[in-house]
Amino acid sequence: MQVGVRSRAEKIRSAAFGYANVVPFVFFALFPFYYMVITSLKNDAELYDLKSVPFLIQTGVITDHYRYLFGKTEFFTWMKNSLIISVVATSVSLVIAILAGYSLARLRFRGVSSFGTAVFITYLVPPTLLFLPLSQVVVWLGLSDTIWSLIVTYPTFLVPFSTWLLMGYFRTIPREVEECALVDGASRIQTLLRIVLPMALPGIVCCTLFGFTLTWNEFTYALTFVSQTANKTAVVGVTADLIRGDIYYWGSLMAGAVVASLPIVIVYVWFLDYYVSGLTAGAVKG
Amino acid sequence: MAVGQRVLEATSVRRPRRLARVRVWWEQEHVFGYGLILPALLLIVGLVAYPFGMAIYFSLSDYWVGSPGRFIGLQNFRDVLGNEIFRQTVQNSFVFAGIAVALKTVLGIWLAMLLFRPLRFKRLVRAAVLLPWVIPTALSTLAWGWMFDSLYSVVNWTAIHLGIVSPPGPNWLGMPAYAMTAVITVNVWRGLPFFAITVLAGLVSIPREYYEAAEVDGAGSWGGFRHVTLPLLKPVLAVVVLFSTIFTFSDFNIVQVLTRGGPVNTTHLFATLAYQVGLSGGNLGQGAAISLFLFPMLAAIVFVQLRYIRRE
Repeated sequence: MQVGVRSRAEKIRSAAFGYANVVPFVFFALFPFYYMVITSLKNDAELYDLKSVPFLIQTGVITDHYRYLFGKTEFFTWMKNSLIISVVATSVSLVIAILAGYSLARLRFRGVSSFGTAVFITYLVPPTLLFLPLSQVVVWLGLSDTIWSLIVTYPTFLVPFSTWLLMGYFRTIPREVEECALVDGASRIQTLLRIVLPMALPGIVCCTLFGFTLTWNEFTYALTFVSQTANKTAVVGVTADLIRGDIYYWGSLMAGAVVASLPIVIVYVWFLDYYVSGLTAGAVKG
Repeated sequence: MAVGQRVLEATSVRRPRRLARVRVWWEQEHVFGYGLILPALLLIVGLVAYPFGMAIYFSLSDYWVGSPGRFIGLQNFRDVLGNEIFRQTVQNSFVFAGIAVALKTVLGIWLAMLLFRPLRFKRLVRAAVLLPWVIPTALSTLAWGWMFDSLYSVVNWTAIHLGIVSPPGPNWLGMPAYAMTAVITVNVWRGLPFFAITVLAGLVSIPREYYEAAEVDGAGSWGGFRHVTLPLLKPVLAVVVLFSTIFTFSDFNIVQVLTRGGPVNTTHLFATLAYQVGLSGGNLGQGAAISLFLFPMLAAIVFVQLRYIRRE
């Protein structure tokens, strides 16, 4: 019995059906970004003209909104803040998570499974459950209204997430490799650094990417703990400080959204496959 | 060998010997294990468990920003439960999370099955579909806010020119049912990639022979989907749906940027209301009580997930 052999016409029909159904999804996914970009390049007269076609730029491309953004606002400072926070918080979290993940995945000691459960539970705790008390902790630590308030609190969601992800990667490394190294006289920490880490490199890259993305995109804590304009992150600066009075200046708002998304887009395009594998590790918050 | 070591140690100076002892101690599996986990543990205790305890303490006191407050028992919870806005928020949360998670599940399975088929530019399509999940949500929501603008909405412009609605079209963010629709749309838009890509990974792991066997047994494509795909996807789907339920219920970004809970509190969720009461209003006690209502749901889901993981 032959199964799965189909006629040519049927194949073509099936392919056409596939494309016809995928296109709406792609359009739905991409349209807001397209609209973001063209809005940022349109002049105000056209933006606020009910008769113009919103999908196109009809009266010429302008860069005024971008010039306003870099010349008249603290946008550059916000980008710098975001970069510092993301890099420091991600690196610190990565080190803590590598140690904890290795310990939980590989070593045998009393209570190891309860620690694993604790990490899993913290991983599921949404930031919005704890932002009120954390805002007071930040005050007591003397960090309120500084970028350090975010550097200190971001590991609370990065470490559980990275630990969980790395545990999966560490488990795939055969035990014999480590045992060989230990028998050959390497210390445990040398085994971890020289043997295990290089083998878990894809997992570490994955954690770094997600860490950078999650911290750069974070909104709740960044909005809550920092109110001084000069210390805001790019995401909060654009969403909160580009609105003057109660008026939305859509041109400059969208210009800010485009530039503040750019670092993530660049990293994403470069490392697409890692994003997919990290997501499918089933370990990422949706 | 042990004797030789001893002699060597005895002849060496004091410091290296102590160092060696520390090293031997440190090399024990359990010591090393506890040592490595210590930083993570301190972080979890100090910045997750402790604040959680504080949240409970806040919720039981009349704690305002800048004043210590005193213990008032369950008064905050009584106040909150008697509050019309809070009851509205509970209703909003269930409508929002229920519809959004259901839509994400159905559309996510559908999209995953489309991506599973042989497709040209597969990588490109996958990259495009995943993009909403990667871009900062607050910023993409801002773009949606402009798309739902009361006067210049591109959605309305299109609908008017297609003859679906008469001008000027609905004020999306200013009318209760429309605002909820808008908020759900953005949440589905952002959350769909997570479902699609994870379910796709589940689909890839189903052995082809199962479908062939189903086909031999006379099952059509719908039969194959119902009797092969769905049952085998169940583990993946369960994890994704539970995850998504937690994070849809506790959503903050989309509502805060798009509607701030309005119009007349019809899109408030627990997190946005807690923010408004606890930080904008300064009533930390009541704010903490509101956000703690997320906890029973979280606990239930964690319980189910843990049982699930253990069973596997």
